[in-house]
Amino acid sequence: MSRLLVTTVGPATSVQDAGRYGAQRYGLTPSGAMDRLSLAIANCLVGNPLFAAAIEIGPLGASFTARDGAVRVALAGAARGSRIGDHDATPYQSHLLAEGESLTLGAARDGVFSYLAIEGGVQGEQMFGSLAVNARAGLGSPYPRPLQGGDAIETLAASTAPEHAILLPAPVQGPIRVILGPQDDEFDRDAIAAFLDSEWKISGTSDRMGYRLEGGLEVRHLHGHNIVSDGTVNGSIQVPGNGQPIVLMPDRGTSGGYPKIATVISADIGRFAQIPAGRGLRFRAVGMSEAQAAARDMAKLLEGLPSRLRRPTDSSFDVDALQSANVAGSAISAFDVPT
Amino acid sequence: MAATLSPPRILPSGDAAITVEFSRKIDDEANRRVLTLDRVLADRPIAGITETVPTYRSLLVHYDPAVIDFDTLAGKLLACAQREGRADLRARRWRIPVTYGGEHGIDLEDVARTLGMTPDRLIALHTGSAYRVAMIGFTPGWSYLSGLDPAIVMPRRQSPRLSTLAGTISVGGVQTGIQCLSGPSGWHLLGRTPVRTYQFRRDPVFLLEPGDAVTLYPIDAREFAERDEAAEHGEIVAELVPS
Repeated sequence: MSRLLVTTVGPATSVQDAGRYGAQRYGLTPSGAMDRLSLAIANCLVGNPLFAAAIEIGPLGASFTARDGAVRVALAGAARGSRIGDHDATPYQSHLLAEGESLTLGAARDGVFSYLAIEGGVQGEQMFGSLAVNARAGLGSPYPRPLQGGDAIETLAASTAPEHAILLPAPVQGPIRVILGPQDDEFDRDAIAAFLDSEWKISGTSDRMGYRLEGGLEVRHLHGHNIVSDGTVNGSIQVPGNGQPIVLMPDRGTSGGYPKIATVISADIGRFAQIPAGRGLRFRAVGMSEAQAAARDMAKLLEGLPSRLRRPTDSSFDVDALQSANVAGSAISAFDVPT
Repeated sequence: MAATLSPPRILPSGDAAITVEFSRKIDDEANRRVLTLDRVLADRPIAGITETVPTYRSLLVHYDPAVIDFDTLAGKLLACAQREGRADLRARRWRIPVTYGGEHGIDLEDVARTLGMTPDRLIALHTGSAYRVAMIGFTPGWSYLSGLDPAIVMPRRQSPRLSTLAGTISVGGVQTGIQCLSGPSGWHLLGRTPVRTYQFRRDPVFLLEPGDAVTLYPIDAREFAERDEAAEHGEIVAELVPS
């Protein structure tokens, strides 16, 4: 058994997997990774099941040290500097951390969350089939809270498998796609236009429960902002009294009493989660068939990830490979150092 | 020929969930139809449905769009929801102890004064009703009860409290409820129960089901402390009434 010691860590860093389902009827929110595709890619690189638990790393830097043996890791998601000892550790590739070696990650330069997958996964006690942290409900394993310096993740000793890189399609870009409803009839045409035509910014007070939007036109309700509570999903866009929408994320309340003007489609919720505070974004309304086609495409992409694995190129200066490997946005320079 | 019921509204909640809405208001008959549809779907599952979440007035149906598309599922849900007959809701009956007032229910006296009654009268009315768990939501175990006596209906507080105690029993509008975990609340705090509606290392983890019948009865602060201690160690301090 090896351990990955959390040497330093910022806020909003926690163990996450696909989340826990089946108990939303009892008020238990699913939690789980903010960006499931990046979680799956990181896991794929180290040979884990795609939705095995990994470390979701928030926007600030972090460092980890292998103890009691070697640990194989891979990083995906938000672009950030990444080094093992004195050497650059290319993201979107697996790397071996020898006993005592440290992985040092800088702050996210583009995107918000990165996923550090560990070969053999995170050892912990499944709670409703998940290790995902839900601090309010006291759930999550090995720690039912965000990670802190000094925490240790138990894992399997690294295998002798070769390292892997991955060849990914160009990331989806453009406006975040939504389906209007379920309570779009609580808004008139002008209010829906205000929502769809505004450029919004993610507020700095956003978290894993919800992303608050600001800077757009006021989205006015027809009949006030109280409705009888009903169920929510990841991506529900509720409009409270101030007319500035909140997009509900995986730690949301399972029910809510504000009208929901629209819902981010499931294929886009991960890339929405990666938009940093202060960055502008727009929404685009799509029909059900486009949204469900995007969902099927995403399912196919996930299913096909293992077939996209490659042996890493010998040179860590292969800019083409680095660019194609970067789903979070801008190119990653091999010369970047942690900040 | 079986009679058909009025159709619910089928509303998309994104591409992987459908809201089946029976009413826009808090409405006992609508809640009964929500729970009936929930039971029907549990007894005769439709492939592709991953999870259902009953609320006062609607049933949220999560599904996998790779298995079933919106139109197909919407059609099946409409057919199920309009079928005549009440599924056996198999409701259990619970008696749940509550200590009212004092440090455990800091709004009891204010609420009684506002409603023009004595605190004892308020407690008598609050424990005199037959409640049903209309929904569980927001945070784990937060159980919304329907059946509040109309004489104790109070608008919610102007500004919510950021933190209220685990086990709080409160009223807000036409609703009353059992809050399991500590957290924010805009309701008026009448008392506390030692009963944990959610406790992870206990069997069952979740005590109440939507549709269960609930009556409340008063206990004093000393009894509360004793049962709270027992509940902390995993004892179910609510009583299941034999049917």
